[in-house]
Amino acid sequence: MFMKMMKKLSSVALAAMVLAALTAGCGGGAKKDAAKPAGNEIVVGASFELTGNVANYGKSTLSGFQMAIDETNKAGGVNGKKIRLVTSDNKSEPAESGNAVTKIVTQDKVVAVVGPATSGCVAAAEPVVTGAKVPLIAPCATAPGITLNKDGSVKQFIFRACFIDPFQGQVMATFADKTLHVKKIAILFDSSSDYSKGLADVFQKTLEKNGGQVVAKEAFLAKDIDFKAALTKIKASNPEALYVPGYYEEVSKIVKQAREIGLNVPMMGSDGWDSPKLAEIAGSAALNNCYFSSAFSADDKDPGVQKFIKTYKDLNKKDPDVFAMQGYNAGLVLVNALKTAGTTDGTKLAVTLAATKDLSVASGKFTYDKNHNPITGAIVIAMKDGKQTFKEKINL
Amino acid sequence: MNKQRKNDLLALGACVLIYAIFEVLIQLEIIGPFWELNMVLICINIILASSLNMINGYTGQFSIGHAGFLAVGAYVGAIFTVKLGLPFPVAIIAGTIAAGFLGFLIGLPTLRLNGDYLAIATLGLGEIIRICILNIDYVGGASGFMGIPRLTSFTNIFWIMIVILFFIKNFKNSAHGRACLAIRENEIAADTMGIDTTKYKVMAFTLGAAFAGTAGVMFSHYFYIAHPASFTFMRSFDILTMVVLGGLGSMTGSITGAIVLTFISAYLAEFPEWRMIVYSLTMIVLMLRRPQGLFGSAELSAQMFKGLTKRIGGVKIGK
Repeated sequence: MFMKMMKKLSSVALAAMVLAALTAGCGGGAKKDAAKPAGNEIVVGASFELTGNVANYGKSTLSGFQMAIDETNKAGGVNGKKIRLVTSDNKSEPAESGNAVTKIVTQDKVVAVVGPATSGCVAAAEPVVTGAKVPLIAPCATAPGITLNKDGSVKQFIFRACFIDPFQGQVMATFADKTLHVKKIAILFDSSSDYSKGLADVFQKTLEKNGGQVVAKEAFLAKDIDFKAALTKIKASNPEALYVPGYYEEVSKIVKQAREIGLNVPMMGSDGWDSPKLAEIAGSAALNNCYFSSAFSADDKDPGVQKFIKTYKDLNKKDPDVFAMQGYNAGLVLVNALKTAGTTDGTKLAVTLAATKDLSVASGKFTYDKNHNPITGAIVIAMKDGKQTFKEKINL
Repeated sequence: MNKQRKNDLLALGACVLIYAIFEVLIQLEIIGPFWELNMVLICINIILASSLNMINGYTGQFSIGHAGFLAVGAYVGAIFTVKLGLPFPVAIIAGTIAAGFLGFLIGLPTLRLNGDYLAIATLGLGEIIRICILNIDYVGGASGFMGIPRLTSFTNIFWIMIVILFFIKNFKNSAHGRACLAIRENEIAADTMGIDTTKYKVMAFTLGAAFAGTAGVMFSHYFYIAHPASFTFMRSFDILTMVVLGGLGSMTGSITGAIVLTFISAYLAEFPEWRMIVYSLTMIVLMLRRPQGLFGSAELSAQMFKGLTKRIGGVKIGK
């Protein structure tokens, strides 16, 4: 009996030995790989959610990124060197994301990482790339905090390729001023959502800076059904337009009820409106004269966008979505930085990335602000008989 | 010096040796950061699998809510180091106690259930813990608890794992452990023999939960983040799979299961499209060929190897 115990433990030892042999073997193998002469290629990593809950985001983004790299290689690569893409999957799980990024950074020795798609996975990958001094571009992580340290200083190696939520507030305020030519605007926002509150604040600030005025500011809560009290108050203040940042579930009911009480002013919103359900609930007639901001529209007449859509369609046999476009943009931004920097040194590359200015990407011009957030074009979509139509592109 | 103590010392010696080998390999950078990370992950998974094995294997209660206790440990530990600024050892102890206490509270009512019902109750429980965390803004809610320092190292996780394995081994061979085994074999008979079945079931459940909590603290302090997406029921199934693959009721089985599955998962990271296929095929083949798991309820031991060598080589290895 006692003998057995010891054997049990010695077997633990044995199992660990087997592991030792395996890992040692693999570690050695990886070293050999890394030692391969990499003179004619630049290794770039892509770590995405390729399986798991949000695999559709990850796959879409990767397809766009892949396209940017393939185009670059076809056009002769970067300063005569081809780009080799190494991908790894993080199972849509933040801890696994740390693992996946560690692999491509330490084993494949990538010079830069693109991905992951979601903010949580980016946050988990951040210490790894910062420790290894390898820049990371998150194509579609919108949480404002991921490029910033707790004290508000910018994280040297983290970049993103999408606009952050508050940016849309600025876009719509500019749209109200320049296109709709309205000054007196009412705001109806969701007080239970950070997204909605943030947008409402930024919108108000930009509007007042442009000489506009908020005539009424009312709040609702997510899952509310009746908005007539708030809407009647707003109507009494005689606004020229109404701004409703929020998600389609409440927004569709707000639009419907606003038209029912005879509030027929233009209504504006954010990308939370973007859903087929919007027209289903609100009705197509009520949605006329409604506009919302978005990052991407397939109807955009811009030649750059149309070229991107066509190339993507030929390659992938399906329509690109906003994630594919952001992945593509991230690819272009990275390639541009590699070309300009002329080196693969992570620190220099990060400096070059931060200096990206007026680069042509699929969504317009692309410039980084001091917080590594892109200042790029946003799209305003107008609802016409229940269908989304491209209204205009706003460059700030 | 009695025989048990001698054997334990021998085993300890073996552990020191293994640790020394790995540490040297890490220092010489033969094992790079990626495999070092996976070795830490293997240690964490070994703790999880062998603690679940206490509940599912030794006591015969079918729990599939282990990720919930892992989450409690991960978050409580992170609160202690990040929010309260206390030292790491305190956080480890706090995470362990918190998860164990929760296991105790939950174990009392749910362990009256058995079989499928207990499985469903524990499954729901794991999800409840996760959903609660998801809605607590203090710990970051849906965006996760960020900014956790990396305090776990291969050294501390390895020795914590050894201590826990040693505890579990001794537990199994104690009077309490034998009571648990009796409950697994036949609950009514055990009851008749005067074993307080509820007490022992709750005891095994509490201990299992507590160790999962320890693993949780180590987990969040290695990956810099505690995120609700890491503690879904899929995670519970992963742990259960390790236990079943190795053989329910076998500690060495759980260890092997944890090593094999973590290794497969790490190795296949670059072939995401193949990962789940290989993973599933491994399970299917194993369940067809060896439904009792790799080791059944037996322990992998030096005796087994002696027997094997005898059979193969015909060489008698004397004492």
